[in-house]
This record gives sequence, C-alpha cells and structure tokens, in this order.
Amino acid sequence: MLESMISGISQILTVSHLLYMCLGVSAGLLVGIIPGLGGIAGMALLLPFLYGMEPGLALGMLMGMVAVIPTGDTFASVLMGIPGSSSSQATVMDGFPLAKKGQAARALSSAFLSSLCGGVIGALILTVFILMARPLVLGFSSSELFVLTMLGLAMVAVLSGGQLFKGIAACGLGLLVGAMGTAPATGEFRLNMGIEYLFDGIPLVVVGLGIFAIPEIIELMIQKSSIARDQAGLGKGWKRGVQDVWQNRGLVARCAGIGSIIGTIPGLAGSVVDWLTYGYASRTVKGEKHFGQGDIRGVIAPEAANNACACGAMVPTLLFGVPGSGTAAIFLGGLLLLGLEPGVSMITTHLDLTYNIIWSLALANILGAAFCLLLARPVAQLTRVPFALIAPVITMLVLFAAYQATRSLGDWYALIAIGAIGLLFKQAGWSRPAFLIGFVLAPGAETYFYQSIQFNGLAGFMRPGVLIILSLTALALLYPLGKKLLARRRNTASEKTATASVVEKTKPTWGVVDMILVVGMLLIAALSWYDVRDISFIAHVFPMLSIVFLGGGALAVAIQIRTEGALRVEQPALQGLCWLAGLLMVVVVASVLGFISTATLGSLLFLTFVAKSRWLTIVLITLGIVAFLLGMQSLLSLHYPSGLLDALIFPAS
Amino acid sequence: MAFQSSQASETAKTPVPDTLTWTVPFGVGGGTDVWARFMSHWVGESLENHPAIVINNVPGGGSITGANLFYSRARSNGAEMIVTSASTQYPAMLKDPRVRFDYSRWTPIIAAPTGGVVYAQSSMGDDPKKVLEHLRQHETKFGAQTPTGLELPILLAFDMLGLQVDPVFGMRSRGEGRLAFERGEAGIDFQTTSAYFSSVTPLVKSGQAVPLFSLGVMNDDNVIVRDPAFPDLPTFSELYLAQPGTSRDDMAYQVYHKFFASGYALQKLLLVPKDIDASMLETYRDAAKKLAKDPEFLEAARQRIGPYDPVTGDVAARQLEAAMQMSQERRQWIVDWLKQKHDIRVVTQ
Repeated sequence: MLESMISGISQILTVSHLLYMCLGVSAGLLVGIIPGLGGIAGMALLLPFLYGMEPGLALGMLMGMVAVIPTGDTFASVLMGIPGSSSSQATVMDGFPLAKKGQAARALSSAFLSSLCGGVIGALILTVFILMARPLVLGFSSSELFVLTMLGLAMVAVLSGGQLFKGIAACGLGLLVGAMGTAPATGEFRLNMGIEYLFDGIPLVVVGLGIFAIPEIIELMIQKSSIARDQAGLGKGWKRGVQDVWQNRGLVARCAGIGSIIGTIPGLAGSVVDWLTYGYASRTVKGEKHFGQGDIRGVIAPEAANNACACGAMVPTLLFGVPGSGTAAIFLGGLLLLGLEPGVSMITTHLDLTYNIIWSLALANILGAAFCLLLARPVAQLTRVPFALIAPVITMLVLFAAYQATRSLGDWYALIAIGAIGLLFKQAGWSRPAFLIGFVLAPGAETYFYQSIQFNGLAGFMRPGVLIILSLTALALLYPLGKKLLARRRNTASEKTATASVVEKTKPTWGVVDMILVVGMLLIAALSWYDVRDISFIAHVFPMLSIVFLGGGALAVAIQIRTEGALRVEQPALQGLCWLAGLLMVVVVASVLGFISTATLGSLLFLTFVAKSRWLTIVLITLGIVAFLLGMQSLLSLHYPSGLLDALIFPAS
Repeated sequence: MAFQSSQASETAKTPVPDTLTWTVPFGVGGGTDVWARFMSHWVGESLENHPAIVINNVPGGGSITGANLFYSRARSNGAEMIVTSASTQYPAMLKDPRVRFDYSRWTPIIAAPTGGVVYAQSSMGDDPKKVLEHLRQHETKFGAQTPTGLELPILLAFDMLGLQVDPVFGMRSRGEGRLAFERGEAGIDFQTTSAYFSSVTPLVKSGQAVPLFSLGVMNDDNVIVRDPAFPDLPTFSELYLAQPGTSRDDMAYQVYHKFFASGYALQKLLLVPKDIDASMLETYRDAAKKLAKDPEFLEAARQRIGPYDPVTGDVAARQLEAAMQMSQERRQWIVDWLKQKHDIRVVTQ
C-alpha cells in the first residue's frame, strides 16, 4: 500500500502531469464560472485530448476538471444570486446578500479558501477511507437513503425563518413540481398536463435559476441600483475572507467531514450536502447569527462541504462503478473511455492509479482555488457597476444557462413560470430555499421510500442506521425548540419584549400577494389531485402526500393570517410582474427571430433607451455578448434556438 | 475491366463531409454515450478524410426526445447520424405514443451486440439447479430500472422459467441494481457482459453469487446459441426449451426473441437517414467493414465495450428490420402480460 502511495505521488508530481492537470483545471473553471454549463461542456472540451493518452496523465486532466467545477460556480452564486450548479445552491443564501452589502470579495475569498480546505481534507479522508469503504457503502440500504432525504427535508424548518407554515406549503409545492414527469415505480406519466416538455419534469438548472435568479434580477431592475448598494468593504475584503476561514477552521473541518461522508453514499451526494451543512452551521455556531442576510459562515459551510463531497463521490464511482454525483458520472464515462473498468480491482490491482486520482483531486482543488482567489477581487468589482449596464449580460446568461438544460424552448417558458413563483415568494416573504429543497429531494424521497418498502418492508425502519439518522432528524427539529423553551424559562421578561419588537404585527389583513399565493396553491393542489386520481396507487401516493403538505400548509397560512395577522412584508409585486412579462416577450421574440439576434437587438435597445448609456459602452457590451455566444457555439458545439434572423445572419448555427 | 469499374465508382463517389454530427439521445457518461464517443474516434480514423465528429447529447424522455428531434430535423446530407440503444428501440416496438421516429426510415452503419448473465445469491443453493428450484418456490426481489427498458426480456425470462421474481423499479442504472444485490436487498440480478466481468466475477469467485444462465447470442440464422464469452453457461433458451411442453413457436418465446434481437443482438446502433446519397452510404459501410476487421480496433473494443464483434452494413440492416417488426398481436400480448403480471399499464398508439 505504501508503495502504491509513493508511486501515486511520483506520478502526479511530473511536469507533464501538472501541465495536463492545468489544462483540466482551466476547462473546469471555464465551465464552472459560466452558469448552466456543467460536466457535459467540460467533456466536450477535454475529449479530443483524451485518446491515445497515457491513462495516468488523462486521469490528471479529468480530475482537474471535475474537482474545480464546484469551485468556479461560486462566482455566479455570490455575484449574481444564480446557483451555478446543484452543489452551490446554499451558497446563494448568504453569498449574494454579502455581495449586496459590498462584501463580495470577502464572500468569494472565504468561499474559495474553504473550498480549497474542503477539497484537501476530503482527499486526505479518502486516502485512508478508500481501503475500507466497501462495508460502509454497502451498509446504506434504500431505508437509510430514504431517512437521509427526510433529514434533508427537515432543513425546511430551519430555512423558513420562523414562518413554518409558509415553509411547509413552499416545500409541498417543490415536492409536487419535483414529482412531475414519470412515476419511478411504474413509469406512468403524471402531472404533465399533456405538455411533452413536462414528460421528464423540469430540470434543476431551470428551477434554480427561476426561483433565485429571476426575482433578484427583477428586483435590481426595479431599484435601478448596483448589486452592491453598500459601497464599503471591498478594499479589505480579501484579507477579511481569509481571516473568516481561519476563525471558523473548526466549522470548515466539520463540514468537510460531513461532506466527504455524505458524498460516499451513491444517489444523494451534491444535492443535499450543501443544505445539510448550511442547516448544521446555522444551528450550531455560536455568537451573533445573521443567516440568510449575509452571514459569512453560511458561505463557508456549504463551500467546504461541496468540494469534500466531490472527493467522497469518487468512492462509489471507483469501487462500484456507480457514480455518486453528476460530475462523478462524467468522470466514470472518462474512465471507461480510457479502458479502466471501475470495481474492486481499482484497489487491488490499480491502487497506484487510485491514489493518483485522489491526490490529483487534492492538487486540482488547490490550483483551482488559487486561480479563483486571484480573480476574486477584480471580479468582485463588477458588483459596483450600475445594474442597468450589466442587466442585458446577466439576462442573456440566464437564458443561455436555462436553455442548456434540455435545449428545448420549454426550458425558457418553465423558467418564466418558476420565476413568477419566485417573484411572488420573495415579495411576500415565503421561503424560496424550502421550495428548492422540496424540488431537489422529491425524486429521492419517493424512489427510496418505495424501494425501501418493497425491499425491506416495515422492518427496514428498524435498522440501526435508520434509527440513528431518524434521531438526528428529530434532534435537528427539536433542538431550537428546546433551546427556546430553556431560554424562556430563564428570563421570560426579556424574551417577551424581544419578540414584540422583532415581529411587527399588523391588523388581521391579507397581503394581496399572500392571497394570490394561498388561493393559487389551493387551486394547484386541487388540480393536481384531479390529475393523479386515476393512476395506480404506488404512482400517486407520493404526489398525494405533496398535495397534503401544499394544501395543508396553505390553509394553515390562511388561518394564521386570519387570526394573528400577517407579518408586514413589502409586497409591490405588480411592477415585478411587468418586468417578468417583458422577459416573456424577449423569450417569444427569441424563439421567432433566433437567440443571437434577439440578444444583440435586446442589448442595443435596452442600453440605449432604458440604461441611456454612452454609445461606446453600448457597442462594447453588445459586441461582448455576441462574441460570447458565438464563441461558446464554436468551442462547445452548442446550438441555440435559431429563428428567422439567426438563420440569415449566423448561418453557422 | 476491374480497373475501369473501380475508376467509375471513384468518380461517382460523393465526398464525405468534414464534420459529422452524431446525435446521442442520452446524457454524458452513460453506456450509449461512452460507446458513441469510443466509436466516433475509430470511425473518424477509418474514413479517408478523417472528419471531425461532434457528439450532440440530447437527453430526455428515456432517449425518445432526442430521437424524435433527429427524426424531424436531421438533413440527409450524410453529415448527420444518430446513435440509439435498446431504450430507443423498445418504445418504438411498443408504439409508445411519444414516439414519432420510424426505424424504417433509418439505416445502420455499424451495430454492437451485447450479451449478459443472470445470477443469484449463493445463499439459495450452491449450484444453479438448486438455486432455480429455490426460486420457483420462494419469492425474491430484483432491482430494475423501468418496466419497458433493457430488463423487459429478462422479466419475461423469469416468468417463462417459472421463477417467482418481484421487480423493484426505479433503479437509475444497472449498477444501482447490482449494488442492491450486493447489499443483499435483491436476491437475483442481471448484468451485461462487460459489467459482469468487471463487477460480478469477483462476487462469484468469493462465493457470494451463483451464475444461472446467459442470454446467449444470435447466430446468422437468427437462432440464439451459446455465448462465446460464457461457453459453460446454459442460455435462457436452452433452459426454457428443456421444460416439458415448450417450443420455439410459443407466443412468449417469440416475443422474447424479438426483444432480445432488438435490445441485445443489436444493442447499440449507429444510423443514418435512409435517403442519403447511395455512394456515401457505401463509403460509410466500407469504412465500418474495414473497421470490423481491424485488429487494433477489435483489441480496444474488447477491452472497453465487450467481447462481441460488431455487425455492419447489410447484415445489420436485415437484422434490424427483422427485429423491429412487431405484429399487433405480439404487441398486445406483451402489453397484457405487463398489466397482468406486474400491474403496469403501457399506453400504445
């Protein structure tokens, strides 16, 4: 074993290996930074080099790419409020508010530094763990996987910020949207309203962009400000971020540990780990907490975890040939192309290659984070540019990213539909993360529940692993309650005055947006019930359960507003919906004229009439957009919706 | 004479485009994608002008979305091709209402067969006979993906042998099914040949799994014979036909044979629209034939995509036509069987 370790080290420390790895890291950063692109695009970039290469070098290059994708996507999460990929969803929660406060550089540098630490810690854990991981991976049956998704769902309580019923209703809606498509148990279609696009359900990228990015863009448009309203802080940001990580080194280590263990469990990986560690951090850290409003620890925790998770995901990939995450699936494809069949033999006959992979991962994490750290400060300056100037760029990026999901126009219309939900949620203070968690966990929750019952019956829920995870879930739910009770008993008086000043209650009136949401949700619940009533029991039991959450939650909100009054939240939704209608128009025009021409025209018109910028700026920004779209098209052989005009002007598409 | 004819065909030949686009209706990293990427390298090499081959992944609808898109949009200029697999072929055979493509309008360049093995937990008995007997008496679980996917003929085979196998659907890959077997949740499992060699052989050696039967391979007369990769294992057909009162003419066997032919004997296919320039089609098929004899390619292919030689040109076209033709009667039979046996409703046109 020691011999293989040494051989692994000597393999990665050669000049050629490092060169190829830099190539991989650059490709990974490119696709990581641009939202919507993922491993597919990276694969397209790297594949031409893969053939005829010595496996050790090719692995270094592949690892370089795979390792830095969850590092680069942090830029989009922090600067634009767009979750770059599934593993950076939770980073948006506090990263974007920090950017709004003018602390983007701080958020970015601590994100990259904790990514680096997470990746290295993950690789170190993996070094020892890979030799004895088989029993652990085999120990997680469908029952354990099911209760793990329950633990993830329990985070809804944490993230709905005191508005539990709204959180439950939002989560129910997310579960229901996640259940669109085919029933995993029987393959029956459900909730697709006869629209062919919905046969597969809505892709995660589209939901993430719709629920987070669209409302942020629209809000910035309405306020006509720059992303960073607070101009202070950028100067010392870099140093401050490094200090933040140092001060929270314990948190980084714990989250990296959680990340690498969750990563080893095939089937869950990236989608839960960031929310789990986010919830974990928001519950356990000491001192003043501003989670959701720009607490640096809300960035550090998920970022440390997601890179460690990428390491952990290599365990099932290498040992069983079952990818633990989306990027691991790409990596698995690469392994097969190189003629390496993953399986037990990876640690018996190819142990040196296995260590090559693990340490390439660590090294790539260091390289990737170092590149990003260098970029962090200059890139963060972007948040001070008036938003009207970068609005066309961001809008184009969002449309570009959404369209990469399935490359069908349906992606755009789904984006706008989800965007409408996001907009209403944001303005009436309903939890958007709760919606996203429901959506992300819906397929797993259903599949694992069904499989667990089929494979193990009720006995599955008596397994020790299941009981441990269930008690953790209970702890996560009850811990704050217990703490609150304890605090209340200690000093009842001060608590009372505190709540009274924080929660500003109004007369029992309805907010208009609340009303629209509650009525809309009840309507959706009724229609969904009507849709699934006929299909077989195992195919409709899960949507039914989601409907119960959705309808029950919405009713409870209605009752709560009736009896206690609504929490006063600013609800100027009309203006936002007008902007959304504008976006819808852009999409319609783009599907008729073609994406590139519409992006060009839209940018010209917007910058001239809305932003009223100087002609040089207008020309430069528009040229930049066209160059980006054409460049991506030829580099990654992408296709855009090519309508009437594009076919004439850009015949290459 | 010979000189003249070769020169005549030389001048008539339409040149192959510099860039070929292969639509792969699956995501990156899956079996079909890896096959396509592997083949694209070799096909590119074997063509004289070494065209660049671009892989265009269009996942969705279990490959139906991408195939529909290709069917409606692809030009027959010889630059556009599609790679399909069992999951594309089966919905077409079952007339899934979402299917708008038509295999009779496409023609294959090269096809890759695969085989596979069914194996069970050794706790059921130490030799195949005992295990099969056990499985006829006791119900066991099987981790499967979808009722109408790659496992359809396997499910049919279990029933035809009288085994009490209860499938649990919703596995995302055959690999996940194998994991369920290794965890002990599933009692029986199936893997295609290359996955069997890399991941199941160690289980057999360590005494955890017992191989029961292989699916066999199709010979040139459309008869299923022993798999050269597993010469010592009986095929499913042998086991089935050894039972009293069975014959090759049984409805169940005929339906099994169809799905085996289209899903395994021709598991991965590279196709072009049928109406491309005839001389260009010939160029492609010649290249494929040359490739199928290239020892370097065969060596690499054995290592990466399994021990079976590819099928090319006319042979592949004939086999495909025979496999995809599904009479209304047989289709109705399998739909009824799925409903009755597994309570699964398949909608057909």
